[in-house]
Amino acid sequence: MTAQKILVPTAAIIVFLILWELLVWAMGWPNFRMASPSDLLPAYERYWELFLTMGWQTLWRTVVGLLLAVIFGTALGMVMGFSRVMRDALYPLLVGFNAVPKATVVPIVALMFVGWHDFNTILIAFMISFFPIAVSVSIGLSTLEPEYRDILRALGASQSQIFWKIALPKTLPEFFGALKVSVTLAFIGTNLMEIVSPHGRGLGALFDSGKTNSDYPLMFAVLIALAFLGIVLYYIVVALEKTFAGWADRSA
Amino acid sequence: MENLIEIADVRHTFQTASGPLPVLDGLEVSVPEGGFVAVVGPSGCGKSTLTRLIAGLLIPDEGSVFVHGARVTGPRANVGMAFQNPVLLEWRTILDNVLLPLEIVASPLSKTEKQDRARKLLALVGLEGFENKRPSELSGGMKQRASLCRSLIHQPEVLILDEPFGALDAFTREDLWQTMHKVKAEEPFTAVLITHDLRESIFLADQVVVLSGRPARTQFTLDVPDTGIRTLDHLYTPEAAEMLNILRHQIEVAQGRVPAKDVA
Ligand SMILES: Nc1ncnc2c1ncn2[C@@H]1O[C@H](COP(=O)(O)OP(=O)(O)OP(=O)(O)O)[C@@H](O)[C@H]1O
Ligand SMILES: [Mg+2]
Repeated sequence: MTAQKILVPTAAIIVFLILWELLVWAMGWPNFRMASPSDLLPAYERYWELFLTMGWQTLWRTVVGLLLAVIFGTALGMVMGFSRVMRDALYPLLVGFNAVPKATVVPIVALMFVGWHDFNTILIAFMISFFPIAVSVSIGLSTLEPEYRDILRALGASQSQIFWKIALPKTLPEFFGALKVSVTLAFIGTNLMEIVSPHGRGLGALFDSGKTNSDYPLMFAVLIALAFLGIVLYYIVVALEKTFAGWADRSA
Repeated sequence: MENLIEIADVRHTFQTASGPLPVLDGLEVSVPEGGFVAVVGPSGCGKSTLTRLIAGLLIPDEGSVFVHGARVTGPRANVGMAFQNPVLLEWRTILDNVLLPLEIVASPLSKTEKQDRARKLLALVGLEGFENKRPSELSGGMKQRASLCRSLIHQPEVLILDEPFGALDAFTREDLWQTMHKVKAEEPFTAVLITHDLRESIFLADQVVVLSGRPARTQFTLDVPDTGIRTLDHLYTPEAAEMLNILRHQIEVAQGRVPAKDVA
């Protein structure tokens, strides 16, 4: 059962790499058009240490940005979920904020806090990823059926008891659904900033240096490394979801 | 005899987006200690609002609600509620769901005593062996049984049942009626039951209150003679048929479909 869960995706990835290799070989594409998996290995070998340090940079900044998004998004969602007035007041603001393409915000933030590279990157990761969390928490709380509230309220329970015992756990499945979207968004935010920032760090910066030096295999190698990190982050969230909201999964 | 619940001349108006909506207008309900009152009335007339008054979740504009001689001014721990929607918490086991009120209400019992009491209640309603199951593993009728245990775990003075059997099929419903009698014999309570089912009202209650259409006032009260332990057979006696006829007529009056006629 678990062996199958690991073997099947691994096999799928291997098949994908073989097809990729065959395609590049059959079409006779040069490296600057499309590098093939066999070209990537030397790139990893040469820059092994860079990949580790840059990967770590990207990873920790994404996670910190995401954690801030979770804290802020949950707090905002709670405010909007419990108060109709706050929901009406904040919703248009929030939607407008989310509608601004972050690609346009990145250069602005990069200039605003020039030199504060870690701060910049975390800020963008945060800004891009808190929206789904805030919306899901507020919807989860505001759609709580009144009977759930009433069974506790009739006993004299406080608002915070109702929140911890019922509202919060009941919102967890929606929260994790949003977190899966947010983790990918935060990751994109981090990389955007790393690519755009002068003297940046992280995998985005490594990608940028590959571009400057016309090192095409390196650029493709970074893409694969990003995909790998993205998968790892996503499945960490899935594992957390299983632990804290596994009860919502009816398929088991 | 002193009444446990005394609702006198209660009026209430909701302020809605489309203007004021009078819901209760001259409500009178008295329930003696240990009594079981069923409340029937047209859809949307204000029955659930009445339950919220007793629970202290809503304070009426006018009139007063007394429980055990004390004016109700807010929620008190002495009520238990069960609704049509069993509202069990999916992330808890059945046992932990039943124990929920004891996490809010102060109780002299130890942890094991609480659990023993929950197990005893579950066994009483026929849910022995389901203590560690999740709500999603139970049928609708079983969920309603668990919900009933939760509403009784803290030994409330007043049990408020807002159409708890409304969504169940006829056979399951009759099963639960009999369970109610069994539970009441073991765990005495005073109950107010909201229902749409007239047979249910005379099977379970010793008094049936008919409310008028909105705004609701007490239109009619029927005393159900105490026939000892009631069985389903009682529903097919001439006496039962007559009570059902009277109630059906009163409902039609409440709905405004026929004028009131004198019933002897
Ligand atoms: N908090 C509220 N604010 C505004 N209007 C309300 C509120 N609660 C109930 N109402 C309105 O008051 C009326 C009576 O509601 P209530 O739920 O008490 O009726 P009911 O007799 O229980 O109905 P049903 O038979 O459908 O269960 C309805 O028209 C309802 O829309
Ligand atoms: Mg109702």
